[in-house]
Amino acid sequence: MGRKILLEHDNVPGIQGYDVYRKNGGYASVEKAIKMTPEAIVEEVKKSGLRGRGGAGFPTGMKWSFLAKPEGVARYLVCNADESEPGTFKDRYLMSRIPHLLIEGMITSSLALGVKTAYIYIRGEFFYIVRILEKAINEAYANGWLGKNILGSGVDLDLYVHVGAGAYICGEETALLESLEGKRGNPRIKPPFPAIAGLYGCPTVVNNVETIAAVVPVINMGGEEYAKIGIGKSAGTKLISASGHINKPGVYEIEMGITVEDFIYSDEYCGGMLNGGKLKAVVAGGSSVPILPADKILSTANGEKRLMSYEGLADGGFATGTMLGSGGFIVMDETASVVQNLHTFARFYHHESCGQCSPCREGTGWMEKILHKILDGHGTLADVDLLWEIQGKIEGNTICPLGDAAAWPVASAIRHFRSEFEAYVNNPGVLKEVNHYNNVYNLVKTH
Amino acid sequence: MEYKSIIEQMEIKFSADSLILVNKIIARYPAGKQKSALIPLLHHAQAEFDGWLSAPVMDYIASLLLIQPVEVYEVATFYSMFNVEPKGKCVVEVCRTSSCWLRGANQLVEHIEKKLNIKDGQTTADGMFTLKTVECLGSCGTAPMMMIGAQFHENLTFDKVDEILNLCKTEGKRKTYLDEVIIDKY
Ligand SMILES: Cc1cc2nc3c(=O)[nH]c(=O)nc-3n(C[C@H](O)[C@H](O)[C@H](O)COP(=O)(O)O)c2cc1C
Ligand code: SF4
Ligand code: FES
Repeated sequence: MGRKILLEHDNVPGIQGYDVYRKNGGYASVEKAIKMTPEAIVEEVKKSGLRGRGGAGFPTGMKWSFLAKPEGVARYLVCNADESEPGTFKDRYLMSRIPHLLIEGMITSSLALGVKTAYIYIRGEFFYIVRILEKAINEAYANGWLGKNILGSGVDLDLYVHVGAGAYICGEETALLESLEGKRGNPRIKPPFPAIAGLYGCPTVVNNVETIAAVVPVINMGGEEYAKIGIGKSAGTKLISASGHINKPGVYEIEMGITVEDFIYSDEYCGGMLNGGKLKAVVAGGSSVPILPADKILSTANGEKRLMSYEGLADGGFATGTMLGSGGFIVMDETASVVQNLHTFARFYHHESCGQCSPCREGTGWMEKILHKILDGHGTLADVDLLWEIQGKIEGNTICPLGDAAAWPVASAIRHFRSEFEAYVNNPGVLKEVNHYNNVYNLVKTH
Repeated sequence: MEYKSIIEQMEIKFSADSLILVNKIIARYPAGKQKSALIPLLHHAQAEFDGWLSAPVMDYIASLLLIQPVEVYEVATFYSMFNVEPKGKCVVEVCRTSSCWLRGANQLVEHIEKKLNIKDGQTTADGMFTLKTVECLGSCGTAPMMMIGAQFHENLTFDKVDEILNLCKTEGKRKTYLDEVIIDKY
């Protein structure tokens, strides 16, 4: 069995409630942190090597140390629970199963940052989790972990849940802050970064749910101990949401450094391919990261087994590698069409573009249309080249990284599966997803 | 449209209970930053005023938050959970992004279209159902899935979908994002 830290008590009956959570060691990190100086807490997080679990993998301790602290100006901590990256459902799992872990993490992190008001920004579709969180927050207030004078320390902290309304772009931290201010989710131009001017123009830290939850074990076991878990610069454990053509879709906590092969085929995790299918491709870190064919996801260009870690998945750069991203691991068997899958992504990014930058607003729409044309049997080889050209012109030319996120899946699909695009063009109609249609039809049909 | 005139004639005002909640929500944000409460308030308004945000409803929210109506309009039209036109009592939101597509979302949509005799985006003649295809709802591990009101329906088959839609029809109630829901898997 792999090591579990965040989900250690996942199966304890009643862990959703305060009493059981507390009996299982809950809120110990707050008791410990409240006796430490804020600088010492940040130092532990730095030592732990914890990196952001929202997608970019930026070192959390370093991010915290950038927070500006002007006299008399409020600072904010905002938890990013917008979780909308296709293939990602780990934050949802964590919040609904062990809500107090997030709340404990928010308190401990607020102590480190000198924050008196913190918000959890959660995507609107997770309304039922809002209720779970609000119940847990009320319990935390009732037991003295939140509110005025926490544990008699003289420190005050208020924590609120703020609900969004269906917009992937509000996961981008500056769009999230705009949304939290009651506006459209248009990303801001950086700099200034939120650490200097964030919510209401005040210094703000935005962290992912899983990052904040991981602060709890970091403080409990100490940064140095935490850094020993995992591999190299990929310290700790990571929640992976696995979906697609596997036997056991779900959320798995892995110690970073296990092999991709183990993750897909062992019974402890995905349990192998659905119906004994053959692995064709994997999108390893949520829709934005490059798709890789079976051989490249299982091993690196050097022929070594590929590892589940920030560095392991990125090995080979975009030529032969991908990214850990948000940990949304989508598996496809040989009946799935990479072109059709890409079309679902292209439609997604077109729908979710906020529309501020022309390359993103227009380019995502063009890519969706061209893919539609190719799938419809009217594509030409020039269309494939055009797709390649458009994605190249979006990448790096936009205000926020959504443009890149829309471009990379297109680039990687063409890079690794060009022949499949050509087959659609050369044999219109023949490839129309027949195998996949039948295969999938069997999954949902009446038994 | 008939719906519209009903809304326009009624006096738009939150119930006394809702107003207490509204004030609590506004108090979560610093003084002078009450605009932050806009999205939460629009959710409450949509739930309370027939499942959509008419111009008078949006104007009412603007007046509660002391902001310009246009600040409400631009937000209501940006976020996909807000309806600025009347919808059926049950909006059936089917995810069809990658993971759901891989496990049969397109086939589910076809099935629902046939069963309800409407296309994506349309509302049934009796005003009971609106079909809306949506992007990833964070339920990819239990695909295919759909959402009705606040309830996630996961690991769907045609049979399960039939059962759920039949039940909705028998109940005949409007489902909103604020409903209490049964939590099955997660
Ligand atoms: C288009 C886009 C969507 C994003 N969505 C999310 C999200 O849903 N959840 C999240 O935690 N981070 C998301 N991010 C990353 C955030 O901008 C930010 O980097 C992150 O919340 C920082 O937290 P971390 O350092 O703890 O990872 C997104 C970024 C972009 C560009
Ligand atoms: S890249 Fe796209 S989503 Fe990001 S700011 Fe520009 S238009 Fe908006
Ligand atoms: S792809 Fe359908 S819920 Fe994520």
